[in-house]
Amino acid sequence: MSGEKLSLKDLARKRDLLAPGHRLCAGCGAAIVARLVMKATRGPTIVACATGCLEVATTIFPYTAWRVPWIHSAFENVASTASGIEAGLKALKRAGKLKYDHVDVIAFGGDGATYDIGFQAISGAFERGHDILYVLYDNEAYMNTGIQRSGGTPKYASTTTSPAGKVIPGKLELKKPISHIMVAHRIPYVATASPAYPLDLMRKVRRGLEVEGPAFIHILAPCPRGWRFDPRYTIEMARLAVQTCVFPLWEAENGKYKLTGVSRSIARNPKMKKPVEEYLKRQGRFRHLFTPENRHLVDEIQKIVDEEWNWLLKMCQLS
Amino acid sequence: MGVRGKVLGLTGDEAVAYAIKQVEPDVVAAYPITPQTIIVERISEYVANGEIKTEYIAVESEHSAMSACIGAAAVGARAFTATASAGLAFMWETLYIAASCRLPIVMAIVNRALSAPINIHCDHSDSMGARDSGWIQIYCENSQEAYDAAIQAWKIAEHPDVLLPVMFCLDGFVLSHTLENVHTLPDEDVKEFIGERKFVKVRSHEGREVPFVLDPENPITIGPLDLYDFYFEHKRQQVEAMKNAKKVIVDVGREYGKISGREYGLLEPYKLESAEVAIVGLGSTMGTAKVVVDKLREKGRKVGLLKIRAFRPFPYEEVIKELEHVEVIGVLDRSLSFGAQGGPLFLEIRSAFYDFERRPLISNYVYGLGGRDMPPDLIMQIFDDLEKIKEKGRVDVLLKFIGLRE
Repeated sequence: MSGEKLSLKDLARKRDLLAPGHRLCAGCGAAIVARLVMKATRGPTIVACATGCLEVATTIFPYTAWRVPWIHSAFENVASTASGIEAGLKALKRAGKLKYDHVDVIAFGGDGATYDIGFQAISGAFERGHDILYVLYDNEAYMNTGIQRSGGTPKYASTTTSPAGKVIPGKLELKKPISHIMVAHRIPYVATASPAYPLDLMRKVRRGLEVEGPAFIHILAPCPRGWRFDPRYTIEMARLAVQTCVFPLWEAENGKYKLTGVSRSIARNPKMKKPVEEYLKRQGRFRHLFTPENRHLVDEIQKIVDEEWNWLLKMCQLS
Repeated sequence: MGVRGKVLGLTGDEAVAYAIKQVEPDVVAAYPITPQTIIVERISEYVANGEIKTEYIAVESEHSAMSACIGAAAVGARAFTATASAGLAFMWETLYIAASCRLPIVMAIVNRALSAPINIHCDHSDSMGARDSGWIQIYCENSQEAYDAAIQAWKIAEHPDVLLPVMFCLDGFVLSHTLENVHTLPDEDVKEFIGERKFVKVRSHEGREVPFVLDPENPITIGPLDLYDFYFEHKRQQVEAMKNAKKVIVDVGREYGKISGREYGLLEPYKLESAEVAIVGLGSTMGTAKVVVDKLREKGRKVGLLKIRAFRPFPYEEVIKELEHVEVIGVLDRSLSFGAQGGPLFLEIRSAFYDFERRPLISNYVYGLGGRDMPPDLIMQIFDDLEKIKEKGRVDVLLKFIGLRE
């Protein structure tokens, strides 16, 4: 079945491969993301996971929430571990020792494991062209160790290592454009996704598995603890991020950018685009921006989001 | 007994690559580093020429080399890598993971000094730094031993009583880049000796007995979060596996002797009968030391040598058995343990004799750091020193540096 033909009805019937009973927080975006990703698998699958929230909370020995073969090696090496899995499977198949026609390999990494410490391993694996799907669940800080800033933390977000202080208003640096960097690796498939749009997410996962060679899906995973919002609003945050164009939905197959879902609708009808303030004001990590002296920082964020959105429209040949 | 095979002129690195070609592992993931480069170059050539079906992963770092080996071994493939010096240091984290996930990976270490200052020549600081990582360590005296270890390692690592990764070490340049005659086995003899990789059964979280491998039909979780309630027990199992490895190394070495005419054990005594003073050491210097022992024996001096082949697991009982009659022991270390009483081998040997009724005098000689040469006359000096200690009846200076400008 190709990615385009997946339906929610069919997917809802599919047994969850990430079982309930794991110890991720209530309202955890990563849990929803992992569950949806695993719903979109198409056959025998092996999962490798970087150190992080998803790993520690789903496999507390002697328990595990994974109904697929699963391995965790270290923080910075999930892409190289997955490379070895893929190469091993390839060699075993060539030697006639593999009982499956094909096994999909999925690597999960958080933003720390992807933007920062594991960046080299991903770049290497993608350059070598391993047939793996890398899923970045991006909760925009080192949540597992207690909300420290990462290369994926957005500008002016307050974290425990980029706190909003009297002089410095949170993280001063921009969020690294990780997915575009992955497109620049000239891999067959790169996409962004949000758990607020599950069908779009699962179709992209399926497409990522279908293409031959590396695929990278960047999925926003709102974190109630780290972003400081009530756990019931996880999906709402994931939706607002898309509606404000803070986190647009797109895919790039063989380097060709295309907007998907709501982001495509916003491109057609720019009036649908919500101001970033609606997204920022709902989160405690941006609370310090809503004081009279910091108001201009919200305007600055809006400007950055607008510029990036316009750049994306150009890449999609929509402007 | 009819041993088949060819004699080839090979450098140590080439001997390793040739053995690995005959083993034909499923995956080789490696990153080039002097003086290991010839190994990965040769293996790449074998792959490029279709001589082996191995999947060669030209990783972007040693950290990824070991990580890829971990992934490959976990999925049931045979995985090999080779490194040296900084490369091994960069792997440090994943060494522990490979061993603790009980993955029978095999790695060649071409011993080289660690930075700083940067130095490409031989000493044992790299592999000695990894001695507590849970890997089996075998040290080779010459290219022949490196070739033989590259074959035996798989059988040791994959033994169900062991399931630990094996690193075998050969001295950089001294062996890696020096041409020697190497007796090789026919390809089919190597393949038959190694056999197919087998998997132990474990109880999965779904309550079934399943093979210990990542298999979609029989899902298991490898490398979970393991806290104070179970971590300790898992470490205890590794202790047991390492203990078991002693017997397995000997068994595999004996079995290998049957097909090659070259039998191996945990250590190799040389002219220790009636020896009053003896040298203990490992690696290529033991070859030179044997020549020195021969010369001194000719002159009627009662000297001998004990070569340690397996440093992990360390053969305590066997060491005592071989050296129990020796009055003075000189331990040769080609690495330092800064702040300790002596080098790593010295500490092991001295500790081994603690419970022994008659404790010999033991002195430590650190030599050859950063590739400093260890010619026969320096070894001769050590024997002279050991005999002086014997006459005096005491060790005045515990740690001496050999061939050093003071």
